Amino acid sequence: MGKNALKSHSWLKPGLFILVLLGAWQLAITLHPRQLMPGPWKTAQGIADLVPHGLIVKDVVASVFRVTWGFLLAVFVAVPLGLVVGWYRRAEMALNPVLQILRPISPLAWIPIAILWFGVGDLAAVFLIFVGCFLPLLLAVISAVQGVPAVYIDAGRNFGLSPLVLMRRILLPAIVPRLMTGLRITLGIAWLVVVAAEMIAVNSGLGFLIVDARNAGNRYDLVVAGMVIIGVVGLLLDNGVRSLERANALRWGFEEKG
Amino acid sequence: MNSSNGIHKMERWLWPILATALFLLLWRYAVTWTGTKVFPSPREVELGLAQLFDSGVLYHDIVDSLRRVAIGYLGALCLGIPLGLLFGWYPALNQIVNPVVQILRPISPIAWIPVAILFFGVGDHAAIFLVFLGAFFPIAVSCVDSVANVPLIYRRAGSNFGLTPPHLLVRVVFPAALPQILVGLRIALGIGWLVVVAGEMIAVDSGLGFLIIDSRNSGKRYDLVVGAMLLIGVIGLILDVLFRRLETIKAVRWGIRNES
Amino acid sequence: MSATEKAASTTEAPASGGRVKLRTTNVGMIFQRDGKSLPVLENIDLEVGDGEFVCLLGPSGCGKSTLLSAMAGFLTPTSGKIRIDDEIVRGPDPRRIFVFQERGVFPWLTVEGNIGFGLSNLSRGERVQRVNHYIKMVGLEGFERSYPHELSGGMKQRVEVARALAVNPDVMFLDEPFGALDSITRLIMRGELLRIWHTERKTILFVTHDIDEAVQLSDRVVVMSARPGRIQQIVPIDIPHPRDISSPRYLELRDGILGQIGLAHRL
Repeated sequence: MGKNALKSHSWLKPGLFILVLLGAWQLAITLHPRQLMPGPWKTAQGIADLVPHGLIVKDVVASVFRVTWGFLLAVFVAVPLGLVVGWYRRAEMALNPVLQILRPISPLAWIPIAILWFGVGDLAAVFLIFVGCFLPLLLAVISAVQGVPAVYIDAGRNFGLSPLVLMRRILLPAIVPRLMTGLRITLGIAWLVVVAAEMIAVNSGLGFLIVDARNAGNRYDLVVAGMVIIGVVGLLLDNGVRSLERANALRWGFEEKG
Repeated sequence: MNSSNGIHKMERWLWPILATALFLLLWRYAVTWTGTKVFPSPREVELGLAQLFDSGVLYHDIVDSLRRVAIGYLGALCLGIPLGLLFGWYPALNQIVNPVVQILRPISPIAWIPVAILFFGVGDHAAIFLVFLGAFFPIAVSCVDSVANVPLIYRRAGSNFGLTPPHLLVRVVFPAALPQILVGLRIALGIGWLVVVAGEMIAVDSGLGFLIIDSRNSGKRYDLVVGAMLLIGVIGLILDVLFRRLETIKAVRWGIRNES
Repeated sequence: MSATEKAASTTEAPASGGRVKLRTTNVGMIFQRDGKSLPVLENIDLEVGDGEFVCLLGPSGCGKSTLLSAMAGFLTPTSGKIRIDDEIVRGPDPRRIFVFQERGVFPWLTVEGNIGFGLSNLSRGERVQRVNHYIKMVGLEGFERSYPHELSGGMKQRVEVARALAVNPDVMFLDEPFGALDSITRLIMRGELLRIWHTERKTILFVTHDIDEAVQLSDRVVVMSARPGRIQQIVPIDIPHPRDISSPRYLELRDGILGQIGLAHRL
């Protein structure tokens, strides 16, 4: 079996590894000086270039703004709907084929329709994010509802709760751990979609930054810088939701793995 | 657990058919009521697809998309499974690599497109690279997690019978982790399918994703757009179902029930 | 053995002599599994008097839990009728609360929250008062704000019992409620349950596979045989509480039932 890493140096080894990777990257670039791909140093310079001009903040804000709207919209539609569909077996049976066919369709495939309905701009991006988030979230809620232990539901029925009240007072709290995991994964998807949507259908945001940097002058240092920033913001969002999950778990003592 | 007991066998077919029929009807009437000139009705989609199929173009697009997914996915398997198993087996290694993985993961394969085009130019290779990227992380991470989740008892029993670590990995840990790994593989295939479509929309000039963009750009053929979308959905569903069949075979053999 | 034989009978007459609270008439239950019919219960005729404590006792697979669930309205019998207060049971009802094992406690609510769960139609003041009353009754003072995951198994069980009592049901169904507890906690909880029952005098239907538990707690023990579940014997326990578990009468009854169970196992 593997050996355990020394706890006190828990940042040392990954840090070293990252440095090694960066070094290899830089080496690869130096060996091929005439092509456009930037090395880590140029990328860092690219990031430094972007930050003072306030452009990057504007782009980050634009991207986050769209994600927020699309994501929240998806949450407020998918969660109640998921509770109802998860509860009524027949509803789930009825909708299942349609849902299963829609599921593999990348949100990006909706771009022509998004542009058709909303034109190029914010609304289209928000729509795409909604489309990308709605289905996974709905399926996650349905699955979570179906996974609620029968005891809780029986107890609820025993106390005379009507289905609607039961959904609010029992199903909803009972699915919180799995819901949080679903929200986190969906938020990740939203972040992926917004970048892609901005590369194609919008004129601002981090995705647009990447495309623009390339189109207007082959500034691949900015392209890669943009990618790094995308990764970092995505990671921050993810960690934010994870700490929410943990806070919940601590309080209620039950959590979802993964 | 949910509301009803006593669902008739027939209802398993009745409700889905009713709902889908209702959906198609609503679609058709929405098109008529709003008087839209551009958005297609179900019939138009059907005709458009048939036309494309007859001309052989559809067949090639489907084959192209599937081919790219296959190659990219296989590459992700060949690299992802061994690496994943390795890093799952040696947690120390995993701790070193994990932060990097966490940073790279949220970067959508789409964001890699400019870089992909830079390296491979517009064409097949770029798309395959994107599929590889999209599938690699889920596969590797799934392997790492599955190995970590193998109950300690199995490992102890294995070493009790004198298995050295490599044998332990192959004869005990891998089979034990296999059901969960398969789930990760299935999800990765789904992601690969999503990515190939997205990639084709930008970086290639054939395939179902390209069909969508092209249909719109050259002639506003929204019937083909929607048709391609539906095809993408159906093929993706078929891939998923086939994979689940695979999971069932193994799971049934080992008597382990899987959550999806 | 003969005294037991005399006392035991297969008739359903309630020992309390009071009015009949719950009556099952020729109840049968058939489950469908993989296309095959599985008879789980057959010919269950039982009458339970108001305020009586009745145990369903039998080997695993005798359908006692199924019967209990049907009585509480969670399952519908495939044949026969179950009546409570002369009304046919059609579904679960707050007047008849089922106490699951401690896993039925809601993890997202505090002890207070759980116990007050069924009291949402009361005013705030009334609810608080009721909740506190039952917290005291089950001996959980000081734990009002705790979450279930901070409690032991026995404590969680008490929460569930308190939650059931708080809505003042007529009938309580308990399905092996102490099964997950260690033996000492089990003994304590049995005493607690009796104490509560003496105070509140609900009709209690209690499922167990533990003979001692049945003889210690109940007014009558319904011995069931398995596959399909049938009532084999109904044994009245005519020892007054508190029951001395070393008294000759106790041992006599217990051994008698043991013999019955032995037969039930062979059948």
